[in-house]
Amino acid sequence: MRLRKRARPREVVTQSTLENAFDRRTFVIGTAMGGLGVLLAARMGYIAIAENEKYELESESNRVNLSLIPPRRGWILDRNGAPLASNRADFRVDIIPERTPDTDATIDALTSILDLDENQAADIRKRVEDGPGYQPVEIASGISYDDFAAVSVRLPDLPGVIPQRGYSRFYPTGPTVGHLLGYVGTANAEEYDEQDRNPLLVTPGYKIGKDALEKQFEQELRGVPGARRVEVTASGRIVRELETREDVQGDPVRLTIDGPLQDYAARRIGLESGSVVVMDCDTGDLLCMASMPSFDPNSFSQGIGRVEYAMLRDDERVPLRNKVLKGLYPPGSTIKPMHCMAFLDAGVKPEESIICGGGRRVGNRFFNCWSNHGRVDMAKAIYQSCDSYFYHFAQQVGFEKVAQWAHKMGLGEEFDLPVASQFYGTVPEPDWKMRKFGREWQNYDTVNSSIGQGYYLASPLQLAVMSARLATGNRVLPRLRRGSDSIRFESFGFSPDEIGYVRQAMSDTVNGPGTAGRARLPIEDVLMAGKTGTAQVVSLSKSDGKTGPWKFRDHGLFVFFAPFDNPKYAGAVVIEHGGGSGAAYPIARDVMTFMFDPAKGMEALRALEQQWGGTAKERLNAKYRNYAAAEGQVIPPAPARDEDIFDQVEAEARLAARQTENLAEQASPSRVDNRTAAEVSRGSDAANRDDLQ
Amino acid sequence: MTGIVPAPVARQPWQMLFPLFVLIGFGALVLFSAAAGSWDPYASSHVIRFGVFLAMAFVLSRFSRELAMFFAFPIYIVVLLMLVAVEAIGFVGGGSQRWLDLGFMQLQPSELMKPAVVLMLARFYATLPIGMIPTWRALIPAGALIMTPVALVLLQPDLGTSLAIVFGGAMVMFAAGLPMRWFLGAAVAAAVLAPLAFFFGLQPYQQQRVFTFLDPESDPLGDGYHITQSKIAIGSGGFSGKGFNEGSQSHLHYLPEPHTDFIFATMAEEWGFVGGLVVIGAFAMIFRWGLSVARASSDRFAKLVALGMTATIFFYVAINLMMVMGLAPVVGIPLPFMSHGGSSMLTNMICIGSLMMVHRWNRKAPRTGLLR
Repeated sequence: MRLRKRARPREVVTQSTLENAFDRRTFVIGTAMGGLGVLLAARMGYIAIAENEKYELESESNRVNLSLIPPRRGWILDRNGAPLASNRADFRVDIIPERTPDTDATIDALTSILDLDENQAADIRKRVEDGPGYQPVEIASGISYDDFAAVSVRLPDLPGVIPQRGYSRFYPTGPTVGHLLGYVGTANAEEYDEQDRNPLLVTPGYKIGKDALEKQFEQELRGVPGARRVEVTASGRIVRELETREDVQGDPVRLTIDGPLQDYAARRIGLESGSVVVMDCDTGDLLCMASMPSFDPNSFSQGIGRVEYAMLRDDERVPLRNKVLKGLYPPGSTIKPMHCMAFLDAGVKPEESIICGGGRRVGNRFFNCWSNHGRVDMAKAIYQSCDSYFYHFAQQVGFEKVAQWAHKMGLGEEFDLPVASQFYGTVPEPDWKMRKFGREWQNYDTVNSSIGQGYYLASPLQLAVMSARLATGNRVLPRLRRGSDSIRFESFGFSPDEIGYVRQAMSDTVNGPGTAGRARLPIEDVLMAGKTGTAQVVSLSKSDGKTGPWKFRDHGLFVFFAPFDNPKYAGAVVIEHGGGSGAAYPIARDVMTFMFDPAKGMEALRALEQQWGGTAKERLNAKYRNYAAAEGQVIPPAPARDEDIFDQVEAEARLAARQTENLAEQASPSRVDNRTAAEVSRGSDAANRDDLQ
Repeated sequence: MTGIVPAPVARQPWQMLFPLFVLIGFGALVLFSAAAGSWDPYASSHVIRFGVFLAMAFVLSRFSRELAMFFAFPIYIVVLLMLVAVEAIGFVGGGSQRWLDLGFMQLQPSELMKPAVVLMLARFYATLPIGMIPTWRALIPAGALIMTPVALVLLQPDLGTSLAIVFGGAMVMFAAGLPMRWFLGAAVAAAVLAPLAFFFGLQPYQQQRVFTFLDPESDPLGDGYHITQSKIAIGSGGFSGKGFNEGSQSHLHYLPEPHTDFIFATMAEEWGFVGGLVVIGAFAMIFRWGLSVARASSDRFAKLVALGMTATIFFYVAINLMMVMGLAPVVGIPLPFMSHGGSSMLTNMICIGSLMMVHRWNRKAPRTGLLR
């Protein structure tokens, strides 16, 4: 035992003090170890027993993945039960950006597996960038089983990618129902928030109605989602299915639309830009609401590509606007029979006549008629479309009275229809002008308005309703959903003689000495009655309305009903910048021919389509191919929010409407010019505008 | 012992070997489950390795005290040279340079350094004149013996193993009877220096782990994922577990590293709190035996070796269990005798072998209690 001397005795260390220290300190160490052991056991007990419920839940939510099965959307049927919109089984691939660590690499991988082209890849990237990360973005749908399988086996390397078997919306007739039905698409962030963050809305493959009827009937069409509980690994691979609840398909919605007629009318519009509305006079059923050119709702429903969107946006014929509801046009002469009803109601006798003389002097200005008609009574005023007659009697009756009848007949009115929006246009009245412009109503306003020019604006739907009300003398209400056939509409109280008189005069327009002789139906015993109209877009000094730049040509309008003596169908055709009513009534003729004799109608259409280069769908596809080829890659992307798509077009529509108002305001009344009466009569004799007015 | 059991068997330290076999067997079962119900690749090699290393431990236990004393320094130097070699020619795996390729196996010298440091320090204090214990001459060389390998291991970088070496060394110093005020001073200094070391000494990924430990929910799918999933596994096991081969957390790969660092969580999910108590109890028995071996020895060298070896195994167990229960940051330290992995098994079996060696010495020269 060695001792070391230290100054301080306390520092003395001996073998035995060391032994003691060792024993003490190992005891401390042992106690600390034991203490830690107890602490760990307690901690484990706390986690495993006290918090067991919480962690068990978390473990279950790890293990079990509840995925919603998107419900199959209800079909949209035509009046006979044929599907205008159905579902097609397909294979699809979606990606949830939030669950994908490296989206670029994943999209690249998918692009090569699925063989997507540059445009499609760019569209997907754009959508992934813009969208909220939790929302699935469609990579491709309608892919083959082989591609589907190829993606499925690579899933472990493709986190966040969801291949699935599902259904996609299918519109058999494509563009011809685009405006009528709208389209479906994945819900955007706003819609997701609006609907209380319904998880269904962010389920891959689920789409909601985005426009028109698809949007209006969303709740009915939606159905009840199914659910699938699956056991998944951490990387998302499905181990096994635990249980599955089938989805419940949405209810079908049955429309009043006659599917084949809708398709026919849309295709018959052909290369023109316009709309056709046909309705049932007895029930108010809208049989057809065609608006062309249109988009293909099938491609919108798959998420429209930037190239296709650019093509639609750049088209001056605004294929994104539903012209039936949102196209506003000066109705021109088509309102003349309706004005005659107003005159009748005000006590004007049909036999009362005036001498046309090529126009009328109102104040210090001379308003032309389009021709010199000589002696004109009400019937001749309709079938020859004499302006002077209306200048005269509108002033005699007063335009307030006429405007009242315009409203009763449906102009300037909105209808109770399941549509996203409809423009109600303008029926000019003294009150309205004061409100709008702060100026007094003038005589020349009456004159302009009496022939459907000036401030007058109407939509094709309103014109069709007017025509049906005119034909029946009842307040026919349009409807889009099929319902009971036994409906009685309120009568306007015209005598059968008065109604018969106007019907006869309108029949004479087509079948007699009127302005639309070529509109006669090629069917023996069915006579169609109608009224032509031409609406100027710019003043005569700028363009003659028939030739020149498309944008300056006159709109062609035609309202009709058939058979004339017992009207069953009524409707309206409006062709934008068609160069006059000559562009409109042949379409009405063919559509009504198809109605009564489909074979004959088809024959006429086939010949025309051969000339035009295919059906509407084929032409749209061809146009897209050309456009894509011409534009290459330098195309601005489609807006991410689908509202924008239509906001832009609606803005244009409003602009167009304003333009007409401005023109009217500049008081370039249709028939005013600086020529003398003598020159006019000479000129009008020379003018051979047989079909025009 | 009764005559039925042969003497060479009966004299083995069964109060340690029995819980050790329980841990190995239990570990093999858990590894069987972690491999989705298969002996390959984990469970079978686990058992085979244990057999080999147990044989090695028995060989080790035959060494005499003099031999151990003699080899302490050469072993330390050789392992230190291997650490240098790792820096020079070792290969990189998992972000750090830890392994030497010996051709037939991947050797991690930093693992060997843990028992080597303990042995070296025990020898140092055993030969140090007792009177010099409270002086700087007891501290500086020992400090150098610890810090040299620690510095090399930190370079790899491997924080967990560095801490294990420091812990083992510090425990030997503590037991060697160095003045208590040094330890208190060191504790205070560590408390002051820890923040500095944290911000200037740690790699960003290590800093991140500490932050994550403090708030695992801040990043549940990133760095907090390990801790969160581990707690879910332990918590969802409940009292008696989900049953053998029924652990969804490990089988569906939610639990990271279910066969190495997080094997306790894998076990707890399937065997519950009961299984946890068995594991903790088995370790407690081994440590109690280790400490009793240390105390039963009459020899200073043997005491220090036994205590240091016990402390080294304890450090593994304590850090690993605290980690899987969310009480410590994620450091890559496996659970002795259960986790799959050769290097840690080697280290731990060297420790066990050393303890058995001291145990054997004790039987030859039992402490009387009266004589020194």
